[in-house]
Amino acid sequence: MKFTTSILLIVILSFALGLYLPWWSIAIAAFVVTAFIHLRPGASFLAGFIAIFVLWLALAAVIDMRNQHILSRKLASLLPLGGNSFLLLLITALVGAIVGGSAALSGSYLRRRS
Amino acid sequence: MRLVPFLISSIITIALIVVLSLQWGTVPPLGNFLSPQHGLWKNAEDVEKSFNGDLSFPGLKGKGQVFLDDRLVPHVFAENEQDLFFIQGWLHAKFRLWQMEFQTYAAAGRISEVLGAGANDRYLNYDRSMRRLGMIYAAEQSLVAAEKNPISKMQYDAYAAGVNAYIDELTPDQYPIEYKLLNYKPEKWTPLKTALFLKYMSYDLAGKDDDFEFTNLKSLFSKADFESLFPLYADSLQPIAPNTPESPYPTRPAIDITRPANADSTYFNYRRDSITNILAQKPDRDNGSNNWAVAGKKTKSGRPIICNDPHLGLNLPSLWYEMQLSTPDFTAYGVSFPGSPNIIIGFNDHIAWAVTNAGRDVKDYYELKMRDENMNQYWYNGEWTATTKRVEVVKIKGKPALNDTIAFTVFGPVMYDNHFKVDSTSIKYLSVRWKAHDPSNEGFTFYGLNHARNYDDYLAAIKNFTCPAQNFLFASKSGDIAIWQQGDFPAKWRRQGDFIMPGTDSSYLWKGIIPQQQNPHLFNPSRGFCSSANQASTDSTYPYYLGNVFPVYRGYIINRKLSRMEGISAEDMKAMQTDNYNVKAEFARDILLRTPVNELNDDERKYFQLFRMWMLRNDPAERGATIFTLWWRELEGAVWGDEFSRSNLPLSWPSENILIESIHKDSAYKFIDDIGTVERESLDGVLVRSLRKAAAKLKALEKEGKLEWGKYKDTRVNHLLRQTAFSRLHLPIGGGAGIINATKEDHGPSWRMVVELTDDVEAWGVYPGGQSGNPGSKYYDTFIDSWASGKYYRLWVMKPGEQNDKRIIAKLSFSK
Repeated sequence: MKFTTSILLIVILSFALGLYLPWWSIAIAAFVVTAFIHLRPGASFLAGFIAIFVLWLALAAVIDMRNQHILSRKLASLLPLGGNSFLLLLITALVGAIVGGSAALSGSYLRRRS
Repeated sequence: MRLVPFLISSIITIALIVVLSLQWGTVPPLGNFLSPQHGLWKNAEDVEKSFNGDLSFPGLKGKGQVFLDDRLVPHVFAENEQDLFFIQGWLHAKFRLWQMEFQTYAAAGRISEVLGAGANDRYLNYDRSMRRLGMIYAAEQSLVAAEKNPISKMQYDAYAAGVNAYIDELTPDQYPIEYKLLNYKPEKWTPLKTALFLKYMSYDLAGKDDDFEFTNLKSLFSKADFESLFPLYADSLQPIAPNTPESPYPTRPAIDITRPANADSTYFNYRRDSITNILAQKPDRDNGSNNWAVAGKKTKSGRPIICNDPHLGLNLPSLWYEMQLSTPDFTAYGVSFPGSPNIIIGFNDHIAWAVTNAGRDVKDYYELKMRDENMNQYWYNGEWTATTKRVEVVKIKGKPALNDTIAFTVFGPVMYDNHFKVDSTSIKYLSVRWKAHDPSNEGFTFYGLNHARNYDDYLAAIKNFTCPAQNFLFASKSGDIAIWQQGDFPAKWRRQGDFIMPGTDSSYLWKGIIPQQQNPHLFNPSRGFCSSANQASTDSTYPYYLGNVFPVYRGYIINRKLSRMEGISAEDMKAMQTDNYNVKAEFARDILLRTPVNELNDDERKYFQLFRMWMLRNDPAERGATIFTLWWRELEGAVWGDEFSRSNLPLSWPSENILIESIHKDSAYKFIDDIGTVERESLDGVLVRSLRKAAAKLKALEKEGKLEWGKYKDTRVNHLLRQTAFSRLHLPIGGGAGIINATKEDHGPSWRMVVELTDDVEAWGVYPGGQSGNPGSKYYDTFIDSWASGKYYRLWVMKPGEQNDKRIIAKLSFSK
C-alpha cells in the first residue's frame, strides 16, 4: 500500500514540479516522497524508478501519438536509434527512471535509522 | 539516517544529474533533452494543433488579424504599417526563430559560438573570414543608412519589436529544437540583425569571386591561352538587354576608364603569382535564377505573365516564408525572408516583380605593402599612411575567445595578413574592396515594390538597390513589362579586378560608379518579353567591363522558347519553368557523335548508343543525361587536365560553354593535344579515351542502379545543420545545371512563381519546404513533394470579409 502510494505521490509531485522547475525536479519529487514515506531502500528505489518511468513514458507516448511520430522518428535516427520511435520512448523513460530511482534511494536513507 | 549509504546514493544522484545536464560532444544534455516536459517531446507538435489565439502587446498601436490558411500561409491584416511589420516579425519568430537567428550568426561570423571551432578549425576559419571580409562593419554601415530613412527605421524597429515580443514570452521548453540540440538560447532581435541578414544575401549573391584562382592561372598560361580559355562573351550569349535601336547602349563611358599606365607590366604580367590557401566555404557559383515576363500581345489573356525561380541552396527550414501583408493602403503577396520585413518576391494589386542575380564582380583584392607586421602603416601614393584597426572578438564554444585585429585601409579591410594567411610560402597583405561595404538601404527597395502601382514607382524603388545587384523584372496590370539590371556597378576597365591588383597607389582603385540610367535595361521591348538567367547582361558593345564568368545556357533556351511562343497561358509558363531540356547537350551532341564507333568496346558502344538515342531531356528516368554528364566531364578532363595539372595551386576551370564553342570553331583545338606525350593527339582519340573513362564509372553506377539521372543526381533538401534526420533525401526530380529546371544535388529553384496580371491577379507558387521551421511539425516539409513533381499551389490573396472561407484553419487576433 505504502509502495503504491509512494509511486502515485512521486508521479503527481514530479509532474507538478516539472511545470515550473527544470527536468531534475523529478529527483526532488522522488527524494521528498521517499524521505517521508518509509520504505525499505530497495523498495524506495523501485518506487522512484517505476514512478518516473511510467510518468515519462506516458507523457511522451501521448505526445508522440498526437504527433503521429513525426519527430520521434527523426530523432530516433539522429541519436541514433535506427529510426525506432519506441526505442526513443524507452530511453526517455529509462533515463528519467534511473534518476528517479536513485533520488528515491537517497530519500529513504535520509529517514532510515542506523 | 544512515550516513554512508545516504551520502553515496546522494552523490550518485547528483552525479547522474550533472552528467545528464552536460553536453557530451554533439550529444545534447540528455536529461533536459529527453524530459517530456522540457525537451524534444515539447517540439513534437500535435497534428491537430490549433493555431488560434488572442494576443495583446503594448507595442501595438491598433488591431491586427492574421488568418492562417490550410497551407499555414498567414494573411495579415493590420490597421497601420507599424503594426503590420510588428506582426510580420512576430510570425517569422513564431514559425522560424532558430533559422532566422542562425542565419545572422552565419552572417556575423559567430558559428563557432554555437558549434565550436570545428574539425581543423573549420567553423572558426569561416567565422574569421566573415569578420575579415567586413560583414559586421558592412551591416553597421547599412543600418546607419537605413535609419536615416524614417520609413525604414519604423519598419526595422517595429519588426524587431515583433520578434522580441515573441521571444520574451518563450519559456525554455518552447525553444525550437535546434536550440535544445546545440544547448544555447535565443538572443534579443535587433535591427542590426536584419541588416546582417541582408548582408548575408550580399555575401551569397555578390560575394563569389575567382580572383585568386585567376591570379594563379596567370602563372600557368600565356596571355593568348588565357584569353582563349576565359573569353568574356560566349558565342551563344543571349544578353539580358541586347543593344537595339529601341534600347541602345550608351556609346561611351560616362567615367574615364582608361587603365593604369603600368597595367601591362604590373598587372597583366602573366607568370608571376601564387595563392595557395583558398577558403573552404565559398558562395555557390550556381546561386542564380530565372525570371521572365511576357507582354499581353503574346498571352492568351492579353495581360502580362511574370515568372521567377531563384536558384539557391536547398535548405530546411526554407530561406523563404510565404505570406500576405495587407493594410488599408496596400496588399502584397509573395515570399518573405525570415529576418527581414517586406515581401521580397511577389505581387500586389497593381504590379508584380521578380529578381535574378546580376553576378557582376563587385569584390576585388589589392596587395598592400605594410611597413611592418603590426600593420599600423601601409604604403599609399608615395607615403606611409595609417591604417585604422578594428578588433573582432570571436567567441568559441568550449574555448577562450579569439581576438582578431583587422586593419582597414582605403582599399577596404585587410582580409589576409600574417595572422590569417592566404599563401603558405609567403606573407601577403590583401585588402578586399567590396561594394557591400558601402552604406545603402536595400530594404527600402522592397518596401517600395510592395507599394508600387506602376512602372515609375518600380523604377523609383529599385534605385535604392546597390548590392547584391539584381535583375529586377517588372510587369503591371496596365500592360507594361520591364527589366533593369540594378545595382551600383564600379566602372571598370577590361579585366579590372579579375586578378589581385596592386595596392600601393590610387591608380587601381575603382574610378566611380556607372550612372544608374546607363545600367542595362529594357522597357516594353517589341519582341514582347524580358528575361534573365544570370547571363552577361550586355554584349561586347556595352562600354563598361561586366566581369568574367557568366552562365549561358539557361538564358539561351529561355529566349529561344519565349521568342517562339504565342497565346501563352499560365500553364505554359509552369511547364516551361519545370522544363528539363538540356540545350548544352544539344550543342555538344554533334561533337560526341564524331566518336569513331569501331574503336569502342561493347560497354562503350552500349553507352554511346544510349547517348545517341537520348532525347536531350534531363528527366529523372533518363540514362542519357547521366552518360552525357559523365562523358563530358571526362572529355574536359582529357582536353584540359594535362595543362591544369601542371600546378597544384587552386585554379578555376573554363565555363560550361568553352569546350563546345572551341571545338566548333576548330576541331584541331590546341588543348586537345596532351602536353605530356610526344605524339599529337586528335579529337577522335580524346573522344574515345574520355568515353572509356566514363564507361567504367557508368558501369559501376549501373550496377548500383544509379544510371538513371534522378537517381544519379540524388537531389536532397538539407537541414541548415546538415542533420540528415531533419533533411529530405532522394527526391525524384530532374533538371540540372544549364537547364531551366536548374535543380542540382542540393541547389536549385528555391521558389517558383507564376503571376498573371489579370483584373483579379492570378498567381501560382511553390517552394521546397514548409511554413513551419519545426522538424516536429507536419507543416515542416509540406510542399517538397509537390515541388519535386512540378506542381504548384494557387496563391490566394485573401480579401477583407473572406474570414469565413473554408481554407482558413486559424485566426490570431492582435491588439494592444
